[in-house]
Amino acid sequence: MGSVPHAFLRFDALGKTYDEVHAVRDVSLDIARGEFVALVGASGSGKSTLLKCINRLVEPSSGRVLLDGQDVLDGPPAPLRRRIGYVFQGIGLFPHMRVAENITLTARLEGERLPDKRIAELLELVELDPAMAKRLPAELSGGQRQRVGVARALAGDSHLLLMDEPFGALDPITRGQLGERVRRLHDELDLTTVMVTHDMAEALLLATRVLVMDAGRIVADETPAALLAGEGGDIAQALVDVPRAQARQLAGIGK
Amino acid sequence: MSPLPDAILDLGPQLAEHVLLCAAAVALGIAVALPLAVWASRSPPVARVALGFASLVQTIPALALLALFFPILLAARSVFGEDLPTLGFLPAWLALALYALLPILRNAVTALANLDDELIEAADGLGMTSWQKLRLVQAPLAAPYVMAGIRTASVWTIGAATLATTIGQRSLGDPIFAGLQTQNWVLVLAGCFASAGLALVADGLFGLVERGFAKRRPALVITGALLALAGIAGAALSLVDWRSESRETVVIGAKSFSEQYILGRAIGTLLEDAGFVVEYREGLGSAVVHNAVASGAIDVSVDYTGTLWANELGRSDNPGRAAMYDEIVRWEKENTGVAVLGRLGFENAYGLAVTQQTAERYGLESIADLAAVAPQLTIGGDPEWFERPEWTAVRDAYGLRFGEQRTYSPTFMYDALISGEADAISAYTSDGRIAAENLVVLSDPREALPSYDAIVLISPRLAGDDAIADALQPLLGSVDVATMRQANYAVDRQDDKWPPERAADWLLKQVAR
Repeated sequence: MGSVPHAFLRFDALGKTYDEVHAVRDVSLDIARGEFVALVGASGSGKSTLLKCINRLVEPSSGRVLLDGQDVLDGPPAPLRRRIGYVFQGIGLFPHMRVAENITLTARLEGERLPDKRIAELLELVELDPAMAKRLPAELSGGQRQRVGVARALAGDSHLLLMDEPFGALDPITRGQLGERVRRLHDELDLTTVMVTHDMAEALLLATRVLVMDAGRIVADETPAALLAGEGGDIAQALVDVPRAQARQLAGIGK
Repeated sequence: MSPLPDAILDLGPQLAEHVLLCAAAVALGIAVALPLAVWASRSPPVARVALGFASLVQTIPALALLALFFPILLAARSVFGEDLPTLGFLPAWLALALYALLPILRNAVTALANLDDELIEAADGLGMTSWQKLRLVQAPLAAPYVMAGIRTASVWTIGAATLATTIGQRSLGDPIFAGLQTQNWVLVLAGCFASAGLALVADGLFGLVERGFAKRRPALVITGALLALAGIAGAALSLVDWRSESRETVVIGAKSFSEQYILGRAIGTLLEDAGFVVEYREGLGSAVVHNAVASGAIDVSVDYTGTLWANELGRSDNPGRAAMYDEIVRWEKENTGVAVLGRLGFENAYGLAVTQQTAERYGLESIADLAAVAPQLTIGGDPEWFERPEWTAVRDAYGLRFGEQRTYSPTFMYDALISGEADAISAYTSDGRIAAENLVVLSDPREALPSYDAIVLISPRLAGDDAIADALQPLLGSVDVATMRQANYAVDRQDDKWPPERAADWLLKQVAR
């Protein structure tokens, strides 16, 4: 790897409390440009809250988030969010807008228009037929909808992509395909990606770096290889054991 | 012959004003409700207060709400000056807008509160400002529900607007109130059909808009909205043409009973013959007529001395017929600027009536004669009569002590007298049934009952107008009570019923003799 990547995204003693409950406690870490970071943990471990502190859907109670050296709390939230691609757990396509309108929405918020060619290009990026631009979200399958959701997140030319359980609602085949596609886009478009997931297998397959959260703290920060080699501590290993055990069982059936 | 379709076709101006009144009221309701709903969606206390207020307004009967705006606007004159109209369009518009508020507000608040949380987070996450979120996401998603509220409000308003007639605003209530009072059911039905038809059309058009929003088909939205706007524009245009002919109009007011309709039409006919353009505001609430003529909302009305004596001058004494009239003329001149043009000649007073046979049997001519035999007799009255000061006055003046006292609804009172269930009844002295049933109204030598001379009032604006005074001269002092009773009966009776216009023509012919 050689040169040390500079901190593109930095959490500095970040904390968030809801009515005395600590959702995120004292998180400090750096994410470099080009990393694909998976945030893994059980429900309520604070991973979504941590992600949302980046684009201020959640306002931190203490500490700071620095994006490219700038505190995200400087200035109003709307322009910040437009610079950050965001893929929602619930997909969040607007049902009253056609696919093309959903994709160009971020540009429209800035008072710009995306040419049709760019819309077609974005649809092709997520392996959708450009003819789908004219459809309403209700006319698409779940997988197609989330592909549009990814295209929308990429439309703003942002270099930071945040994904909150992006493939949670999809069937396993679509889920695998779209995950791989996103990983390739991450490489091709030179993105920095932070993905929240509760599925350790998905994290291990897609990410370059896996952060394990428990009760608001980061309890493990390892590469997939290191985790598979048994690093990261008990909580992380308990999560890794799930797909490992499944793989063993599957191998046993195959014999 | 097809009287109903003809009656409906005659309602052009009423329909046009009805449409404009409702459109203005719903538009004002929307203008207030939508910003309020947005504010309420961001602040739960505002939501509670706004919805609570709108629900409270809704519990006030529409008729009362319309009437309430008269004193409110009268009080508001201290701020906005004396030119603020207290009757007619303004109070009707404000009251109906308040009425339209609730369905729009409630639907909008509910729609905004129930939008999918994920979509709101998506809107925030994409970087929408709160205005962009409202415009691009919340408004379009809430639109079908808001439209459903506007649709409900429109139908309610079109129905309630018929009541605007009672505060001097022309509407489809005109034929309904006129028909109810003169028992002309064709007119009542014409008004009902017209307003129900209008409500159905509005419901259909706004339903189209609502479906267009819900199914995301802009063509439906635009079609429905354009048709509705075309209807409103058509109504406005029809009124412009109609108004341009009648620049110098004299507005004649009438309370909601037959005698008032007949006299109003008689006055109108005389004024038209004299070259005036005439408009009618009929079916006005009895309490608002005097204020309407004093404020210039109407120009001519017929009122009764006893009514003004008690309600306007606030007096409870009884100085006698002539003195009461003179005092009212003086009081109006000094306090309201209203000119009392003169007396018509008859009284519509409270009196005691007996049948011809009873009068003959006991030799009754006056109430004093009645007092002697009262203990053997039964008196009937409408429920209000025995509570009125007139009853106490006449009872005490003559020492009346009846054997029995019964109350009847006004309609059955005369039947009770004819059938002998009651021997004497309270009656309005100009009531047509007195002549029809050949009843005897007993004289009142002690002048215990206040007089109710019918008098013509002219608004301050036209108080000094000699042409009007000259035109109405033939009526003054020349309508005797027998003539008025006959005219009233012609309109009130069940068979061979005359419209008030025809009774008015007949009355004018009698007077001209």
